[in-house]
Amino acid sequence: MSNNKLIIQSSPHFGDKDSVPRIMVTVIICLLPALAASVYFFRWRAVILIFSCTAASLLTEAVILKLRKKPLHSLFDGSAVITGLLLAMTLPPSLSVELAVIGAVIAIGIGKQVFGGLGNNIFNPALVGRAFLQTAFPVAMTTWIPTATLQIDTATFATPLAELKFQAAAAQGTLASLKDLFWGNTGGCVGETSAFALLLGAAYLLYRKAADWKIPAGIILSLFLFTGIFWLADPAKYASPLFHLFSGGLLIGAFFMATDMVTSPISAKGTWIYAVGIGGTIGLIRLFGGFPEGVMYSILFWNTFVPLLNRYTRPRILGERRKS
Amino acid sequence: MKRHTFPHGIHPPELKHLTESKDIETVPAPETLVIPLHQHFGKPAKPLVEKGDDIFLGQKIAESDGLFSASVHSSVSGKVKSIDPFSHPGGSPVPAVTVINDGEDRTDSKILKKEMSLEEVARLSSKEILEKVKEAGVVGMGGAAFPTAVKLNPPSDKPIDCFILNGCECEPMLTADDRLMQKYPHEIIKGAELACKATGAKRIIIGIEDNKKKAYALFCQQVKNCPSIFLSESERPFREVALLKTKYPQGAEKNLIYALLKREVPRGGLPFDVGTVVQNVATSKAIWDAVSRNRPLYERIVTVSGSGVNETKNVSVRIGTPIYHVLDFCGGIKEDANLLIIGGPMMGIVQWTTDVPVIKGTSGIITWKVSQAPLEFSCIRCSRCVDHCPMRLVPTQLAKLVKYDHLSEAESWGILDCVECGSCQYICPSKIPLVQWLRLGKTKIISKKRKKSA
Repeated sequence: MSNNKLIIQSSPHFGDKDSVPRIMVTVIICLLPALAASVYFFRWRAVILIFSCTAASLLTEAVILKLRKKPLHSLFDGSAVITGLLLAMTLPPSLSVELAVIGAVIAIGIGKQVFGGLGNNIFNPALVGRAFLQTAFPVAMTTWIPTATLQIDTATFATPLAELKFQAAAAQGTLASLKDLFWGNTGGCVGETSAFALLLGAAYLLYRKAADWKIPAGIILSLFLFTGIFWLADPAKYASPLFHLFSGGLLIGAFFMATDMVTSPISAKGTWIYAVGIGGTIGLIRLFGGFPEGVMYSILFWNTFVPLLNRYTRPRILGERRKS
Repeated sequence: MKRHTFPHGIHPPELKHLTESKDIETVPAPETLVIPLHQHFGKPAKPLVEKGDDIFLGQKIAESDGLFSASVHSSVSGKVKSIDPFSHPGGSPVPAVTVINDGEDRTDSKILKKEMSLEEVARLSSKEILEKVKEAGVVGMGGAAFPTAVKLNPPSDKPIDCFILNGCECEPMLTADDRLMQKYPHEIIKGAELACKATGAKRIIIGIEDNKKKAYALFCQQVKNCPSIFLSESERPFREVALLKTKYPQGAEKNLIYALLKREVPRGGLPFDVGTVVQNVATSKAIWDAVSRNRPLYERIVTVSGSGVNETKNVSVRIGTPIYHVLDFCGGIKEDANLLIIGGPMMGIVQWTTDVPVIKGTSGIITWKVSQAPLEFSCIRCSRCVDHCPMRLVPTQLAKLVKYDHLSEAESWGILDCVECGSCQYICPSKIPLVQWLRLGKTKIISKKRKKSA
């Protein structure tokens, strides 16, 4: 009675329907509101940057997979698209296409594939690409243009955080209003300006459990606390915590970049340390560092600690004695 | 109402509706049965019969070999055809007694007795209870098939205060325990009382998941009505029924103990380290049958389910009945079914043939059609396996350590605590065969240790 059609496999024989490509597609869907907002505020410049970064990311991924003789199916897992989108969203809208493409090639090539591709990289690939551009082309990376909905002199235009740092905007009372920050009607990177659009996507991201809620919670709480203390001490010099929350790359970083599963810790305890660490470091750089903005370097900095955190925050096994 | 539970775990599709309303039917004994001598945790039993012997129903045909072993009995009367290795649900062939059934179910009054009265049962000492349980070859019927007499005889320095009856049946699709609980509540409760007598436990908790509302309601009633084997009121253990959340693996021993008593079995320890003994409800009934009627464990209830079988059923099957015979009783297996599992969908073992016998630990026969295996992606360290592991391990890390042969590191990360429940692999979005890696690592480490101590 042997039946040679029967297949052999290891238990379990049931599996959840969620998969890597589904998670990635969810993340892409969650980025859509912010992408739409970027097109609304920066028009064709946003479209060109988004398109060129995504195309360059996919192409780089394909070429390197081919060189490494790896199956091309991982090209369609969606991770390269996300890297491209996130990179575009963190670039100044006035950046040229050539530089954007260079950033995408570095992001995928150096940020991800040299480590062995998806799942093996230490740093957030999009941020690696951005950090490279920031270092190699500092002027291009800090030249800002106003949004299409603002009628302002373009020559002296700066982001709200730069105004805070270099023009003592808090003391002069010329800080961007929370309303403009919330809707996104301020200067800044392509996809980071609209807090509203980012939060819309983030809500769905957390609802679908495509990101760990502990990470944005830890970052936002610690930054809020850090900047709040200084603001209470001297509101003439420091900006309010809400200003810090809605300005710069904080929201996109907290919800979409620090939450990159590959480059964040796996244990709950490690995740809290990582998140609070990022929030604190952002506060430190913004208030006391040389740069107006610190989201990118804070995340990259804490990415380096992830393997260490994973090692030293192993969860306590059921029945394992607590250290007394 | 309070529902007990444990942290982590998963919610796979339950699919209990396929069989939960099906009453237990009896599969007629086939003409030929193959009764393996190794149906339990421990050493195989030593055969007591030879080729050509005439044997009775319930006759002991193999003697337990040492402490961690269990006797095996004939489930029909007839002639011994051969004693040879035969395919086994566990994967590799083991020696088995092939019996030609004469269809008469001849037995001996010495073997099967009339049920004793409660007074007679009450007079039995705990030693006599253990002896009868051992003699009847009772083993854990939830799947692991640990010899029950060993479990009921904990070391004297480990006092037992609580006996837990495991009626969780947390595996999807299986309803055999559910139907058994609805049919034999008194036998199960009295079996538990016998276990209390043997272990000295003063409290019985019957744990039932909340997807078995009927069984739960019935037990809530019957713990009050069921007569006790203890004649004096003061000796009677306290009986209670506990409702548990439907979650996998709620029925895993260590998780169940935690859910009910909030006690953690120490790593590498056993339930008696925290004063408990856990038995499956079917085992409890087997204890009662063994003690009160001398009835050896020669048949059991099995769920036959899945989209690959024509009629899903709960059936009572004699041990040694080939799977194909059971499947034929259920209208046969469908043409396109290509996966045959013994046990449940989470921990069951796949079979390459339908010519394997039902054994004492067989709780389900499940079949369906699988399409292509899902594409495997790299681990993206999403930490879902960490968030769902009931033992609170780091499966992805363990799998990687095994893959690159860092076995001692895998051991220090707790690989031997893995119970192979499959929660990690179920939830993995990268579809990594985590359980396979962990099982490989455990096997390598244990065999290394054996070599060292040998």
